[in-house]
Order: sequence, then structure tokens, then C-alpha cells
Amino acid sequence: MSLFDDAQVRRNVDRLPIEFDDYGFDRFGLSKKALIRAYSPSAQMYRRYLKVTAFGLENVPAEGRGLIISNHSGGLGADAAMILTSLMLNDEAPRLGQGMAEYFLTRSPFARPLLRQLGHLTGLPEHAEQLLRDERLLLVFPEGARGAGKLYKDRYKLLRFGTGFIRLALKMKAPVIPCAFIGGEESFPQLYHVKWLAKLVKGPFVPIAPQLVLFPLPVACQVYYGEPMHFDGDGSEPDHVIQQYVDDVRHSMERLISVGLDARPQSFMFERMPGPREEKTP
Amino acid sequence: MKILITGISGTLARGVAYRLTRRGHKVIGIDRRPWPDVPDGVEMHQADIRKRPAEDVFRISKPDALVHMATVTHFTTETEERYRINLGGTRKLFEYCHEYGVKQAVFVGRHTVYGATPDSPLYHTEDEPPLAGAAFKELADLVAADLYAGSALWRWPELNTAVLRLCYFLGPSRGGTLAGFLSKDKVPLVLGFDPLYQLMHEWDAEEAITLAVENQLRGVFNVSGPPPVPLSTVCQATGKRAVRIPEPVYPALVGRFGFPYLPPSAIAHVKYPIVIDNGAFVEATGFEPRYTAKQTMEGFRWN
Repeated sequence: MSLFDDAQVRRNVDRLPIEFDDYGFDRFGLSKKALIRAYSPSAQMYRRYLKVTAFGLENVPAEGRGLIISNHSGGLGADAAMILTSLMLNDEAPRLGQGMAEYFLTRSPFARPLLRQLGHLTGLPEHAEQLLRDERLLLVFPEGARGAGKLYKDRYKLLRFGTGFIRLALKMKAPVIPCAFIGGEESFPQLYHVKWLAKLVKGPFVPIAPQLVLFPLPVACQVYYGEPMHFDGDGSEPDHVIQQYVDDVRHSMERLISVGLDARPQSFMFERMPGPREEKTP
Repeated sequence: MKILITGISGTLARGVAYRLTRRGHKVIGIDRRPWPDVPDGVEMHQADIRKRPAEDVFRISKPDALVHMATVTHFTTETEERYRINLGGTRKLFEYCHEYGVKQAVFVGRHTVYGATPDSPLYHTEDEPPLAGAAFKELADLVAADLYAGSALWRWPELNTAVLRLCYFLGPSRGGTLAGFLSKDKVPLVLGFDPLYQLMHEWDAEEAITLAVENQLRGVFNVSGPPPVPLSTVCQATGKRAVRIPEPVYPALVGRFGFPYLPPSAIAHVKYPIVIDNGAFVEATGFEPRYTAKQTMEGFRWN
């Protein structure tokens, strides 16, 4: 066992409901070896540094298609990484969450093959449909990149949602699993955005946080999964129907967020919150 | 059935001819190149598809079906000649089909017509436009030929036309585009890129073409076998050394220092994948590849 070869990760990668070929690749170029190498260090981060606790993992389907819809929390992508890790480290039924990668990244050398090996394909509607048809789990942030750049004063306020994910869920008959990530905004409190620098590096934003480095503080984080939501339709509904569904998802996410915020004794919490099972034992 | 195969001396076409004769069909072949040990049951004409003798074959032998495999690539043929053969030749053949009452035409094209771009999806379906000509001008004639063959569907509806877009194949003949790329000990990869490559066994490819004729397919069909594998794995499994070259110097190195030749605009095909969805073909023919990617690549390594 080492930083790049975690026993639990290795065991759970082997149990993923995904078909791998003789060389350890799936039909989209996902690589078992790369999964173990990438998820092992993030499992350490999950357990020891951000001390993540996941609630409601039983709401994530053990197999079959689904869309996990989450809020963005903290501008560094730690939210996505920790949600993906919580799915992978779920010993009951490990799942691989697959994201849709930014076009900019899939044109870049090294980033492109790496993202592919971890199951994050170019963000095209065709890819989302292909993955769902193949009974995979997608991770979607409907706030988009703007959501990741929320300032500390706007913490845990959801921005406007895109509607594409609902049409996708309807078309592909996939359940929507609302999800809330708590703690990201405290681990990386964005006080200010350096606009000129963002323009210079052509990124969406360059945040300044009190720690001054682009690395989160060791604040304990929590992930909450809500009950799967099923909607009627085939994706061709008029906008007002779709908007109603989007609002439904948004409301359940807001509920999860407020439950999560209320459950914390204080916002800057440095101790791990006990998990759902641990609480029951006296 | 009496089946005419153009370009019969080619790698795949010979295999298709063997398969069809073995299943009791009569095979007639046309090719500029000779086929010295042509098997019994195959009537061979050494002729150019654009010339009179080819028309005579249609007129006299009256084939029921045409399998058009007489297309050439930039590896062997200059631009002008390529347009004459791939476009002029295809046009002539379809006109003969119409004129002499051929019932079935199968155009054997390539999956590379979809083009390799960073933003294109995996698993192309037949309704997507073939974009290869935009970036890779050496493929423009094959894209045009593919679309021209497809246009026969509305031009001559009584002729059952099937356009096959075949993925790369590897096999004991060591022929074909991918085999050429893997022909030297070293294979040039672009540093920081490792696209998925879709390949099938040569014998599976021959079987697929045979099935297309026998099932009297109509329409455009992607033809592929097992799921794709990364190019680096292709190199490894076929016993080649993958050399990763930074993109700016790539064009200067290919064709030299023991690397196979590639035209400069082909670099996209070494950076980005072209992966096709064969669902429609499988549904229409029940095709099932016999060889996995591993068997195909290791067979290629050791034969």
C-alpha cells in the first residue's frame, strides 16, 4: 500500500459495475490502472485532510444510469473530487461518477488522455447520452463554472441552473439524485477575484483566499445525497414544464444544503462529523 | 448470385472473394493489378475500372451485385490520379450498375471519413457528416466518393446501395492503413496524446463485407469489431516501440529515422480518436466479430 495504491480503492475499482477489456480499459478508454492511481491520493485527502462524511449513499443506485446533480462549493474543484471519491469509497456499492470535461482541457496535451482514463469525456451531449445508455453515473454541476467562483459572502446560495440536465434525464429515462456539498466554501473562502489575471491565463476566475495558496484549508466537509427523483416526459416538453422540474431539483438541493448547514456545530469545523451509522451506536 | 468485385487484388478483396466462392457464389473480379494464383470459381479481368473493358464485364457477364473496393489512398497514389480513380471510377461503376441492371451495390469505404477533431464525440453514428476532408485534404476524395456512393440511394432507388464505413483492420496479410503505420519497429505518437483506435481482425472485416452482400443491405453502415484500445496499447500489444514526439517536430520526423511516413495533415489522426458505433450494422446483419482486440493485435505481432 502506498499513496498511489490504496487497498480500499483497488478493491472497489475491481467491483465497479463497468466492463473492462483484457488491458483494463472500458469502451470509452477509462483505465483501471489510472483510476487506482488517481483515486488513492484523493482517498487520503478524503479521510485525513478534508475529513469528509457522506450521508445518504443508499440513495445512489448500486447500478444503472443516473445523474448526480450537485452544488459547487469552493473554487478549486475539491467538491467534485470529494463527491467522486465518496462514490468510489462506498463499500456497499462503489460507483464511478463521470463528469463532462471542459473543451479547453480536452484540446490540451496530457490533460486529454488523463481525463479520458478517469472517465471524463469532452462535454458533448452525445457523450452524456452514450454514457447513460451504457448505465453509467454522471456528475453534473448545473450552476456551471460561475457556481465554482462564488464569493464567501454568497456561500451556499445556488445560482441560476441550466436546464440541459433535465432534458437529458428525461430523454434517457435516468433518475436525478440531488446532492449537496458542505464545507467547500469554508475550506477555500473566496474573498476576491483577480479579474485581470483571469483574463491573462484565460481561466474563468482567479480567486484570492485567506490562505493565499490555491489549496483548501483542512475544514471537515460533508456530502449529502437526496432521494432519487423521477420525472415524466421524454425531453421534448415545453420550457415551462422543464423549468418546473429544474426548480423541483433545486428545492431538494436547497433542503439538503440547509440540513447540512444546520447539522454543523460551527461553520469552521476541523473535526470529522460522525457518519450516519456511527451515530446510531451508543 | 453472380458478384463483381472491383479492386479484387487488394488485401481484403481477395478474402471476400474466397468467402463468397466458398458459399457458392460466382465471383468476377476486376483490377489493374494481377492476381496470379486466382482460385477456381473466380473469373479475373485485369482492367481499369474507368476503361471500356470494365464496362464490357458488366455488359457481358451481367453481375447481380457489385462490391466496389477499387479505391486508393494517398499512401500509394498522387492527388490527381486519386481523384480520377476514387471519384471518377466510383461514378462510372454506379452508372454501369444502373445501366446493366445490377441489383445490389456495396461501396467499401473507411471510418476515417468522419475525421479526427478534439471536439467530436466518440461512437460516431451514420447520420453524422463526414468531416475528414476539412483538416486532412488527402482524404477529401474518399469523403466525396463515400457521399457520392450514398447519393445512389436516391439517384437510383431500384439499386440497393450499401455504403460501409470500415474501421482499421489488422491481419496476416499485413496490409491496410493501420498495418502500414505499424510496419516499422518504431511508431510515432504525439507527446501528450493517446487516442483510442478501433481495429478489427482482417477476417472479421472480410466476413462483414460478405454479410453486407448476402443480406442485401441498403443504406450507410459503420462496420467495426471489438471496443477500441488506446494507441499506446496497440503499439505494446503488437510489439512496437511507441516513440512520443512533441507536436512541433512531428512532421519533420515522420518518414525518416525509421518512422513510417504520414502526410502532415494526418497528425490529427494520431492525436484524436475516430470511434464508430456499429449498432445499425449489427442489427441488420447479426454480425459478431470472432476475434477480440487482444487476439487481433497479438496475432499481428507473431505471424
